[in-house]
Amino acid sequence: MRYLPHSDTERADMLAAIGVGAIDDLFTGVPADKMLKGPVNLPRRKSELEVARILGSLAAKNVPASTVPFFVGAGAYKHHVPATVDHLIQRSEFLTSYTPYQPEIAQGTLQYLFEFQTQVATLTGMDVANASMYDGSTACGEAVLMAHRVTKRNKAILSGGLHPHYAEVVETLSYMANDRVMRLPADVKAAEDIIALIDNETSCVVVQTPDVFGNLRNLRAIADACHAKGALLIAVFTEAVSLGLVTPPGAMGADIVVGEGQSIGNALNFGGPYVGLFATKSQYVRQMPGRLCGETVDAEGRRGFVLTLSTREQHIRRDKATSNICTNSGLCSLAFTAHMTLLGSEGLARLARINHAHAVKLADMLANVKGVEVLNQSFFNEFTLKLGKPAASVVEALAAKKILAGVPVSRLLPGAGLDDLLILASTEVNTDEDRAILVAALKEVL
Amino acid sequence: MLNRQGRPSQAGESGMNSAKTFTGNRALEQVEPLLFEIGRLETTGVDLDEPQAFTPRLGGLERQDGIGLPGLSEPETMRHFVRLSQKNYAIDTGIFPLGSCTMKHNPRLNEAMARLPGFADIHPLQPQSTVQGALDLIAQLKEWLKELTGMPDVDMTPKAGAHGELSGMMAIKAAIIAKGEAATRTVVLVPESAHGTNPATAALIGFTVKPVPARENGLVHIDDVKALLGPDIAAIMLTNPNTCGLFEKDIVAIADAVHEAGAFFYCDGANFNAIVGKVRPGDLGVDAMHINLHKTFSTPHGGGGPGAGPVVLSARLAAFAPLPLLEKNGNGFALCESEKTAEARGAHPYGRITAFQGQMGMFVRAFSYMLSHGADGMRQASEDAVLNANYIRAGLRDLMSQPFGDKPCMHEALFDDQWLKETGVTTLDFAKAMIDEGFHPMTMYFPLVVHGAMLIEPTESESKASLDLFVAALRDLAMAAKAGDTERFTQAPRLAPRRRLDETLAARKPVLKWVPPVPLSEAAE
Ligand SMILES: Cc1ncc(COP(=O)(O)O)c(C=O)c1O
Repeated sequence: MRYLPHSDTERADMLAAIGVGAIDDLFTGVPADKMLKGPVNLPRRKSELEVARILGSLAAKNVPASTVPFFVGAGAYKHHVPATVDHLIQRSEFLTSYTPYQPEIAQGTLQYLFEFQTQVATLTGMDVANASMYDGSTACGEAVLMAHRVTKRNKAILSGGLHPHYAEVVETLSYMANDRVMRLPADVKAAEDIIALIDNETSCVVVQTPDVFGNLRNLRAIADACHAKGALLIAVFTEAVSLGLVTPPGAMGADIVVGEGQSIGNALNFGGPYVGLFATKSQYVRQMPGRLCGETVDAEGRRGFVLTLSTREQHIRRDKATSNICTNSGLCSLAFTAHMTLLGSEGLARLARINHAHAVKLADMLANVKGVEVLNQSFFNEFTLKLGKPAASVVEALAAKKILAGVPVSRLLPGAGLDDLLILASTEVNTDEDRAILVAALKEVL
Repeated sequence: MLNRQGRPSQAGESGMNSAKTFTGNRALEQVEPLLFEIGRLETTGVDLDEPQAFTPRLGGLERQDGIGLPGLSEPETMRHFVRLSQKNYAIDTGIFPLGSCTMKHNPRLNEAMARLPGFADIHPLQPQSTVQGALDLIAQLKEWLKELTGMPDVDMTPKAGAHGELSGMMAIKAAIIAKGEAATRTVVLVPESAHGTNPATAALIGFTVKPVPARENGLVHIDDVKALLGPDIAAIMLTNPNTCGLFEKDIVAIADAVHEAGAFFYCDGANFNAIVGKVRPGDLGVDAMHINLHKTFSTPHGGGGPGAGPVVLSARLAAFAPLPLLEKNGNGFALCESEKTAEARGAHPYGRITAFQGQMGMFVRAFSYMLSHGADGMRQASEDAVLNANYIRAGLRDLMSQPFGDKPCMHEALFDDQWLKETGVTTLDFAKAMIDEGFHPMTMYFPLVVHGAMLIEPTESESKASLDLFVAALRDLAMAAKAGDTERFTQAPRLAPRRRLDETLAARKPVLKWVPPVPLSEAAE
C-alpha cells in the first residue's frame, strides 16, 4: 500500500522490539469476541490511476458552473478565483499543518489569521473579528447564542429576508437550547416592520443585507430601535463581495456581523468547505465564539502572534465555554486572505461594481421579457423574479438546455405559496452572451 | 528593517547568538511584515476593467468611505504568503505527533480529485439533475462509513468533529423529546478525561454535565457509570479508544447499562483511526459517533480546518437525522430538503445544522483515501498506527513514566511528568526543546486527568527510520533533563523563527487586528 512505509520484516522487527509476538497482542483491550476476523466487506486497495478513473467518472456526471451560463446564488456564489490563491493554499506548510498550538513554529498560520481578522473587521466596519467559523449559517447560529449571553435574554427575532436555511439553523439551535425565536414570514419586498416587534425581552434582531431575495436593507433605524430596548442587532450577509460597494453593517450600527466568506477565495464545492465570518464590537470580545489570534512579543522582544483569550474556549472552559467549536475553516480563511490581498480596496471595489453592473444589465433585460417581473427596488448582484409559472419547472426546463438559471424560492421555502419566484445572481463571470442565452431561453420556456 | 512608516517592524530581529544582518533576515529565514505594512491602498493584483457607466440600483446604500485595505501585486502576494509558509512546521516537513489530532500523510491524489470541476465547481442549490455524480459519491461514502462502523445510518452534514457531536447530541435530544422525557432526562455523563468539545456540546443544548471519574488504569469503570445512571440521565459521551490511548474494555457493559437505564450512548470517534477494520462501533452498542474525516481519513488539517464530522447513527436515532436527507428514487439521487417531505417518508429530522449538505470537498478526499486503501489497506493502516505508537512507547518506557503502567496502547502513547520531578524541567519545556531538535511537539497537558500529560501519536505514515530518529532524540533529551541540563529546556526553543511568546501579554492587552499608525486617508497621499 503506497501510503504505508513499513515492510513486513520491519513490522516483525518492531513487534519484537515492543516485546509482543503478533499485532493483535496490542489490541488486547478490545473484547476478543468483538474483533473482526478479517477485512470488512469492501473492495481491496486501488492504484492512483484506478481511483482517478472512478472519481473522474463521478465528477463527469455533474454540470460545473464554468461550463454553462450560470446564475445560481442564494447563499453561495460563482466568482473567479486567481490561480495564485489555489497555489498558496496547497503549500505543504499551510495545507498539512495543524491548529497553531505551538506558536514558535506556526507563525505563518498565525500571521495570516491576524491578517484575516484585520480584513474581516475592516470590511464589515467592526472592531474585531475571529479566526473563522464553519460557514455563514453556523456563524449566524453562534451570533444568536452570543447575543443571548451578552443581553442575558433569550428571544431572537429573525427577519423574513434571512436566508431560510440560516433561519432553520437558528431555529434548530434555539429549540434544542430552550431559547425563543420569532421568525417572520418570507419578506420578498423588504416591507416588514420588524421594529414594531422589538420588546424588552428581545435579545437580538437578525437581519440580512443584501437579503436572500437580493434587497439591500438600511439597518440604521433597526439598530437604533434595538439599542433603545437593550437588544443587539445581528447583521448577516451571504455575498461578501457586496461589502466592496455597499455600506458595511458596522457603519449602520450592527453589534455583531456574520456572513459567508466563500465568495472571496473559495470554490463553490457543492456547499462546503466554506468560511464563516464573525465580527463584533470590542466590548463583546470576551463573549465571542471561536479562536482569536493576537499580537504579542517573544522572549527577545520580537513581534509574534499567538492564539489568545482562550479562556472563552472549550479546551479550557469545557461546559462553560462560549462555543463548542474547535476545528474551524483555517485554510479557507487563508484563501480569503490571499484573494483579498490580491484585490486590495481597489480591486474589491471594482469587482463589486462589475457584479452590480452585470446584475443591473440582466435585470433590465429580464424586465422586458413578457411574463417576467423584477421585484426588487434595490439589489447588489442578485434579485428576485416573478414568473407567473412555477419557477422550479422553469429552472428544470432551462437546465435541460444547459443553462443554470437560479434558485426557485420553492426550493428554500416549500409550501410558502411563492412557487413562481426565482432568485437569480449575476457575477463577473457572466458574459453578454450568457445573458442573451438566458433571456432567449426564458422566452421560450415561459 | 524599516517599513514605510519608518519604524522598526520587529525589534531585535536577528535573534540570539547569531550575527546581526542589515535586513534582519537570516539567509533562508526572511523577515516578513504584515501585508498591511507592505501593501498600498491603490495597488491591486487582479486585472479588472471598470464597467461602462450605469445607474446603480443600491437604494442609496453605497459605501461612503474607502474600504481601507491595502493590496499587493501578484508577485508580492506570492512572496508574502510563501515567506509566511516557511515559518510553519507541517507533516510534509516532519513528524507531527500530536496525540488525538492524527496528523497522517495527506495524499495529493485527494487534492487533485477534490479540485475536479465536477466536484469543486458545482453549486449546492443547482438543479439536482445536474449533480447526480456528486450525490452518488456522497451515497457511496455513506455506504463505506456504514460498513466500516457497522451502523445503519449516517448524517453527512456536520462540518467538523465538534459539529458532529452537536448533531449527534441533537438527534439524541430529539429522541428523548419524542419519548416525552425531555423534562426529566437533563444530565449528560462525560468522563473527566474527555475532550473539551464533549462537555461544551452537551452544555450548548441545555444539558447539565456530570463528570465520570477516571480510574487508576485510565479507563472508565462500569460500576462508576452504573452508580450515576438514573432516570435523569440523557446520555453518556464516551471517547473510544479513549484520550489516554486505551480501549475502554468495559464498553459493551457500559452500553448495555446505559440502554437499560433508558439513556443513549454517544461515542466520540476522534480516535476511530486506531480501529478501522479491526472492530466496529456498531458491535459495541454505540448510538451515535462522529468521525473526523480530517483525522481518520486524511483530509488535510489546513492549519485549523476545514474538517468534516459525519455522524453514524443507530436504528434508534436514524429517523432524527437533520436535513437535508439523501435518498435514491427512480430518477436517481435526490436531496430531501423539507421537513414535510421527510415526515412523509417516515423520518423526523430534528432540524438543520448548516446551510447546505456538508463538506463535499472533504467527502471527495476521504472517499479517495478509502478507495486507495481498500478494506485491506485501512486495516493495515490501523495496525501500523498502533504498532508505531507502541514502538515509541517501548523505546521510551525506561526513561519516561507511563501513568497507567507498562501496557500496550492503541494509536497513541501517553506519558506523564512524574519522571521530570526534581529536574526543573516541565512538560512545556520538554516540548519546546523538541522544537529545537526539528520535531513538532506531542499534545501536552491533555488529557487533563494525567499530570503534565505528553500524548504522542505518530500515525501509520512514519517510517521505521523516522521513528528511530524520533525515539533517539527524545531519549537524548530525557537524559539531558535528568542530567540537569535545564538550560536546554527552559531556554528552548532557540532555533525556531520565534522564541517563546508572551501569551499573558497577548491576553491582558488584546491586539486582535492591525491598526494603521497614521490614518490611512493620510498615508495614502
Ligand atoms: C477527542 C476529540 N474529540 C473531539 C475533537 C473535536 O474535533 P474537531 O476539532 O474536528 O471539532 C477532537 C479534536 O480536536 C478530539 O481530539
